[in-house]
Amino acid sequence: MSWEPVIGLEIHVQLKTKTKMFCRCPVGFGAGENTQTCPVCLGFPGALPVTNRVAVEWTILLGLALDCTIAERAVFARKNYFYPDLPKGYQISQYDLPLCKDGKMLVPTADGDRVIGIVRAHLEEDAAKTVHVGGSTGRIGGAAWSLVDYNRGGTPLVEIVTAPDLHSPEEAKRFLQLLRQTIVELGISDAEMEKGTLRVDANVSVRPAGSDELRTRTEIKNMNSFTFIARGIEAEVERQIAVWEAGEEVRQETYDFDAATGRLTPRRAKEEADDYRYFPEPDLVPVEPDRRLVERLRAELPELPAARIRRIEGELGLERAIVLVTGGLDRLWQETVEAGADALAAANVVANNLVRAGVDPELVSPKELAKLVGARERIPRVAFDEAIARLGEPGFSADPYLAREAVSDVAALDPLVDAILAAHPEQVAAYRGGKEGLLGFFVGQVMRETDGTANPRVVSDLLREKLAG
Amino acid sequence: MPISRDDVLHVARLARLALTEDEVERLTHELADIVEAVGIVAELDLEGVPPTSHPRGLVNVMDDDEPRPPLPLEDVLANAPDHEGNLFRVPAWRQ
Amino acid sequence: MAPVVDTLRLTAEQAAALLERREISPAELREAYFEAIAERDGELHCYLRTTETAEGDGVPIALKDVISTKGVETTAGSRILAGYVPVFDATVAARVKAAGLSLLGKTNTDEFAMGSSTENSAYGPSRNPWDPTRVPGGSGGGSAAAVTAGLAPWALGSDTGGSIKQPSALCGNVGLRPTYGSVSRYGVVAFASSLDQIGPVAKTVRDVALLYSIIAGRDPLDSTTAELPEPVRLPEDDSLAGLRIGVPTELNEAEGIEPGVRDAVRRTLELAEELGAEVGECSLPRSVRYGLPCYYLIAPAEASSNLARYDGIRYGARAEGSSYQEVVERTRDEGFGDEPKRRIMLGTYALSAGYYDAYYGQAQKVRTLIIEEHREALERFDLLACPTSPTVAFPLGERADDPLAMYAADLLTIPSCLAGLPGLSIPCGLSDGLPVGLQLIGPQFGENTLFRAGHALEQALGFDTVPERWR
Repeated sequence: MSWEPVIGLEIHVQLKTKTKMFCRCPVGFGAGENTQTCPVCLGFPGALPVTNRVAVEWTILLGLALDCTIAERAVFARKNYFYPDLPKGYQISQYDLPLCKDGKMLVPTADGDRVIGIVRAHLEEDAAKTVHVGGSTGRIGGAAWSLVDYNRGGTPLVEIVTAPDLHSPEEAKRFLQLLRQTIVELGISDAEMEKGTLRVDANVSVRPAGSDELRTRTEIKNMNSFTFIARGIEAEVERQIAVWEAGEEVRQETYDFDAATGRLTPRRAKEEADDYRYFPEPDLVPVEPDRRLVERLRAELPELPAARIRRIEGELGLERAIVLVTGGLDRLWQETVEAGADALAAANVVANNLVRAGVDPELVSPKELAKLVGARERIPRVAFDEAIARLGEPGFSADPYLAREAVSDVAALDPLVDAILAAHPEQVAAYRGGKEGLLGFFVGQVMRETDGTANPRVVSDLLREKLAG
Repeated sequence: MPISRDDVLHVARLARLALTEDEVERLTHELADIVEAVGIVAELDLEGVPPTSHPRGLVNVMDDDEPRPPLPLEDVLANAPDHEGNLFRVPAWRQ
Repeated sequence: MAPVVDTLRLTAEQAAALLERREISPAELREAYFEAIAERDGELHCYLRTTETAEGDGVPIALKDVISTKGVETTAGSRILAGYVPVFDATVAARVKAAGLSLLGKTNTDEFAMGSSTENSAYGPSRNPWDPTRVPGGSGGGSAAAVTAGLAPWALGSDTGGSIKQPSALCGNVGLRPTYGSVSRYGVVAFASSLDQIGPVAKTVRDVALLYSIIAGRDPLDSTTAELPEPVRLPEDDSLAGLRIGVPTELNEAEGIEPGVRDAVRRTLELAEELGAEVGECSLPRSVRYGLPCYYLIAPAEASSNLARYDGIRYGARAEGSSYQEVVERTRDEGFGDEPKRRIMLGTYALSAGYYDAYYGQAQKVRTLIIEEHREALERFDLLACPTSPTVAFPLGERADDPLAMYAADLLTIPSCLAGLPGLSIPCGLSDGLPVGLQLIGPQFGENTLFRAGHALEQALGFDTVPERWR
């Protein structure tokens, strides 16, 4: 029997507002422990929350980008539970009346757009950070402590919940890349998984392909990169298939993904079933977004990544288009093409050379880049790489690099090529035996001997000719 | 619906109260009486009546996103029963 | 040589005039109150702590111990906050300080303002100045008794379901529970957020109005506050001409209202008519039968959540334990008294899965009905009138072991609290030698009308706020 994964995602995005969600403490990384706190975010007796207007507007903006219905009336609710990182004994979140719901995001694929439902996007406050010290790992089993830093506590967090519309780990990864790029382009969050400003949990189940049943799902947490998310889901899908095929039942559990081992470890069952006793937060009043504000924000929405992929894929093919757009590189590519560069060549240079060199696309002059793209076969590789690396420098001009000619003179290269082939008889034999991929090895040797000044195309042609002979 | 001893124990766990045996006993009776007394709200047919979570109809009370100075660290920790350096310290969560 | 001031009789207004005319220095005035405290607080136990030094050269004031005072221990009458010294002032504390008022001390309260007698204070009950074998009411019994006993010219209390009005009635002084949202709750140890309000207690309606004008108005730190639609007017008029007073049948004929209380209120309403008011009957059909149940679902539910922050991590008492869970559970079991525990349990139950709709959800709908029927009555009348408390001060211990009997003390104050409406209690006579309070209820932000009516009646009644035993 073949199986189909059914995947839903729960995504938390930390907004990069200047202040926290319900107090005006500054938000920021790197400040001294507990120095960005006040009576409100420490939960001191009598302290009261006050909603951050910008966080509300940004959540609406994100909701619009996700094609959500923006609530006529949204209500903050208390989610009650005890934890060391939760100073009030409840988290202010949204429950039955979230700011945004019923949206969708399109994921372009070779077979048309996949529509991924967005169940809701709501606003809440982040928890504080706890560090665990000491503990029972040693034989002596010293006291285990939690040390709490409330700096992060109260940072605005948008929770986005998708419908279980994703059907492969790869699709989940692709969706997340697009979502992340959308969030970054809206300017509301850095959305960096390594920093924890973007966090993803996945709900996973499997079902016989072709059926529309929903079987017991499990939750996977702690996946801190898109690649690990795909791997974590993959591992869980395989595990569940094995369970069903062994005639057993998948149990509703939560797993942590360990990136180092690629293993899933179940979390221990809680002593008490969750009962968060949500009720409307009486210290806050409802949010009723002004329709004019909503329309203004809608008008401000930039062209979204999925639409741009569709727009440029004709010229580049879908995969290249996705790489450029989710890498935030398509605008530079577009302008470089407008400055006269070949579309495919520009796409390759932007997506490969520029990214490898770590150049910020925002700082690059499309005109200078276009010149380099045009000359990349003509000028020495070292000159090209050096020029690419310096593209982001203020006032960069490609002209000095364009003046440097690669050695294309066959007569000059011929003895060198002979010498290289003579020095590597085994590789020559292997190439002639069918391992044509070794051509790159020989080109590399020649380039090294010429300090990168040889024209790689001329070298390849020469090598091919000699090796064939 | 009468309140059972198990209800009391369940609610005490949710509320994180380590009740003594006497307290469990007493609260089981008291809560049963109180719940019976307040339970008369069920008599009313309130189909279609909107709930009030707030006696006044305020909406959209929000603040600008402009930072204000946080508390000085010595004030943050002034009342802490226990701390290590600048961090609050508490025994770890029991797994 | 400073004049000898009789703090039993001195109003805040008179004290301010003495200071203004430099007939007494701020220090001498404070000293007079500390002498009175030394003389009478041993018996009454109004104060949890006094502040010998304090800023401000204006009229001194006492604050209920739920109000955070920077640098001065604030316990809310609970062991769980023993030793807690706030690092910030509640907005009302900051406002009275900004007006120059100097802090005399923090007054006793039922633990977390949960109670109607101050017997639930972890630090022992306060006593009624009229009869120290009786309760001063609660939860703000400390503030009310202090004002009557001349231990403070005025004070602030907090009122969730009657905690300002009922003690004022039982102690024979004037207390205002303001319109919900007119006074900031920032820095006030929370009991039930959608009901809590801070308000003044004093010997006269004018003093109450003056103190209200100092504390009221929008606070950017409390999202539920609003600016007053009109400035506070200190009442001067002795006439009630043109004023329509509604007498809700159910609130005046409820089971449990003592005959002496009913008589005093009825006589006062006759007096109101003589002063020119139109007095007519009206009805609040659900407010009495369902008000108390509605309140005892909503307030404990909110309280169960508001009291979740007392976990022994950032402040307050902490019990020892080997894990977070053990520390929190033991801290809370040892730190909370019986009444907070009862309400946390009740509120947690009312919010828990499977019960929310039947209890908390239903109570929120009942609240809508109660708001509606008050609105309808207040379309026909400018004010509503009824007894503040069904009884006069009851003996200490009488209801301490019977939660439901204690809860019934707030039967008449609760409905308008649920509706977010302002209520003023003024003394309107004695029954068995103990004060009776008249409760006047106004529309939202109708405080000026309450002050006008309260002042005119106060003048006509000529009630002597000094307990007979000290005259």
